[in-house]
Amino acid sequence: MVDDVSQPPGSPTRKMGQAISGVATHGRMSMSFLNLEKVSKFYGSVAAVHDFDLAVEKGEFISLLGPSGCGKTTTLQMITGLVRPSSGTIIMGGRDITHLPPPQRELGVVFQSYALFPHMTVAQNVSFGLEMRKVAKTERDKRIKEILSLVHLSALADRYPREMSGGQRQRVAIARALVINPPVLLLDEPLSNLDAQLREEMQFELRRIQQTVGITTIMVTHDQAEALSISDRVVVMEKGRITQVDTPYELYEHPRNDFISSFVGKSNFLRATSAFNGKGASISIDNTPIRFNTDRREPDGKVSIFIRPEKLRLTEPGEGQIQGKVTTRYFMGSQWLVSAETPAGVLAVAVPNLGAPPPLEGETVGLAWQNADCRVLAGAAKS
Amino acid sequence: MSAAISAIKPRRLAPLALSGPTTLFFIGLVLLPLLLTVILSFNSYDYTAGIQSDFTFANYLTVLQDEYYLSTFWRTLRLALLTTVITVAIGVPEAYVLSNMRKPWRSIFLLVIIGPLLVSVVVRTFGWSMLLGKNGFVNSALAIVGLDPVQLLYTETAIVIGLVHIMLPFMVIPVWTVLQKLDPTVEAAALTLGASRFTALRRVVFPQAALGILSGSLIVFALSASSFAIPGLLGGRRLKMAATLVYDEFLIELNWPLGATIAIIVLVANLVIMLAYNRLIERQAKRKLG
Ligand SMILES: Nc1ncnc2c1ncn2[C@@H]1O[C@H](COP(=O)(O)OP(=O)(O)OP(=O)(O)O)[C@@H](O)[C@H]1O
Ligand SMILES: [Mg+2]
Repeated sequence: MVDDVSQPPGSPTRKMGQAISGVATHGRMSMSFLNLEKVSKFYGSVAAVHDFDLAVEKGEFISLLGPSGCGKTTTLQMITGLVRPSSGTIIMGGRDITHLPPPQRELGVVFQSYALFPHMTVAQNVSFGLEMRKVAKTERDKRIKEILSLVHLSALADRYPREMSGGQRQRVAIARALVINPPVLLLDEPLSNLDAQLREEMQFELRRIQQTVGITTIMVTHDQAEALSISDRVVVMEKGRITQVDTPYELYEHPRNDFISSFVGKSNFLRATSAFNGKGASISIDNTPIRFNTDRREPDGKVSIFIRPEKLRLTEPGEGQIQGKVTTRYFMGSQWLVSAETPAGVLAVAVPNLGAPPPLEGETVGLAWQNADCRVLAGAAKS
Repeated sequence: MSAAISAIKPRRLAPLALSGPTTLFFIGLVLLPLLLTVILSFNSYDYTAGIQSDFTFANYLTVLQDEYYLSTFWRTLRLALLTTVITVAIGVPEAYVLSNMRKPWRSIFLLVIIGPLLVSVVVRTFGWSMLLGKNGFVNSALAIVGLDPVQLLYTETAIVIGLVHIMLPFMVIPVWTVLQKLDPTVEAAALTLGASRFTALRRVVFPQAALGILSGSLIVFALSASSFAIPGLLGGRRLKMAATLVYDEFLIELNWPLGATIAIIVLVANLVIMLAYNRLIERQAKRKLG
């Protein structure tokens, strides 16, 4: 139970995602299912999306993660065909679809606002795509029934959208997109309108549906926990560009830069200096060398040491690598979030709630970590 | 004690005092004339003695049995309906185009649509009679192409053309208001599901504008059915509509009771048609759109 709770959101047990990303690294040679090559979108002279390269395998669940305005929606809409790319190509199943109009792409799209047809019942909403494909009435009814039971909405087939809750509407939107058997499912922040608890439930529900159907899925989100918990791979975007594409576990443990490490999960950056000592680097904080010798070639001069709050441990005063004073402590249920003022800056420590409360504000504590959990980044830490 | 009373009293009187002016206004300007008209319609008229203050159904029997009046009512109904249908067919797409326009153009074209309302109906109708007349623009254009001139002025076609032109803003504005509020991604969703642009409009966008179309058509129908200047100027003396009929009875025949009777019949017919139509559409739209 305790183990369960204290595990980081991107649990290392996700074998499937890693296997898939292994394949994707060969994406350049053997064509993937969906390929975006140097796709860009300019509004005037401003690039909303710039040189977007991505290879998506069949059955994969990809999240596009990034802060507001970084171009996630624009990227998704270029795949749907609702926005025309300024340059680049989009290839799906070996076919160039860059300039194909949306109705001919036959993709399943779930919009951020769900975009349900308000004047149609749930069944009519779901039926629409089938009618456009001229599916016969009996076949249509059968498929509507199947898909509604998949999303657990069989009982609400005759309701109008406004008579339903946010979570139910979202499932209608997913059912409507899935019923046409699209090759790819595209979701634009599908869970952003839900409250925290329902959102968590729906995340796993979405993953369940995706795995049942085995459909290739691209989901836009600005919620890092959501991206980590349900995707096979996460694409992190910043100002219209991709900064890292990796499995959730890799992304969390080995963020490529400052931006990613602070955006994905909480992180600490310790102020430190690094000096080359012939073999590796010796790191010191506040002119006190800490036991942090590396045999790798680390950057010289001012550096910051990146470490996750849950990788730090509170110890008795005088023990551990550095000493600090507790400034705040918040009780979060499964854990305490303690901030300590140290010579290297203010550090956040996640202390699992094992029964004994952590030291009070103002008390002195030691902080300890394993050097393997740290990463040395060039440049001074900001905080 | 007295403080308590004065505290209660103004509060009780406030709603009455506030709604009083409007109520008096409504009673004085709408209900009273209407009541007088109803009473008048039951009076009889004598060409030598004038209006008699008696009670008779004779006027109603006369009107409802006379081929002339009935054909005029029928024409009124037919032309008002036709005008409504045509304004829906033109106005709804026009409102859609308007709602999809970019920043400066939208205000410019909205002004173009509302603009005609700033010009007197009589002036605009004279404009049409010049265009449609024997030597008007339309016939000159036909002559240039080498076609025979057509009789347009003083036909039902001319009346409908004139009515549609004047009624269009009353359709465009309510529909545009509704379209403005729609979520554009709903239309996009229809496209991604495989609908063509036209299908998306027909099955997704316009049905959502049902309530706007409803109020637009109610206004257009009511105004067309009671229009006076347009049928008078474009239909001539021969093709009368209901309002012209009432005018004639009051001011030419001087038979006020008969005029009142026609007015009441038209009013009741108009009310019945509009209420029925409203019921029919609104009940469906309310359930769907909330
Ligand atoms: N039609 C448009 N015209 C001009 N600029 C646009 C247009 N659409 C988007 N942009 C700009 O492109 C950038 C990316 O927008 P986009 O909607 O893709 O962001 P996003 O990542 O989806 O953000 P959010 O998380 O807030 O939804 C933004 O800076 C936005 O202002
Ligand atoms: Mg967005």
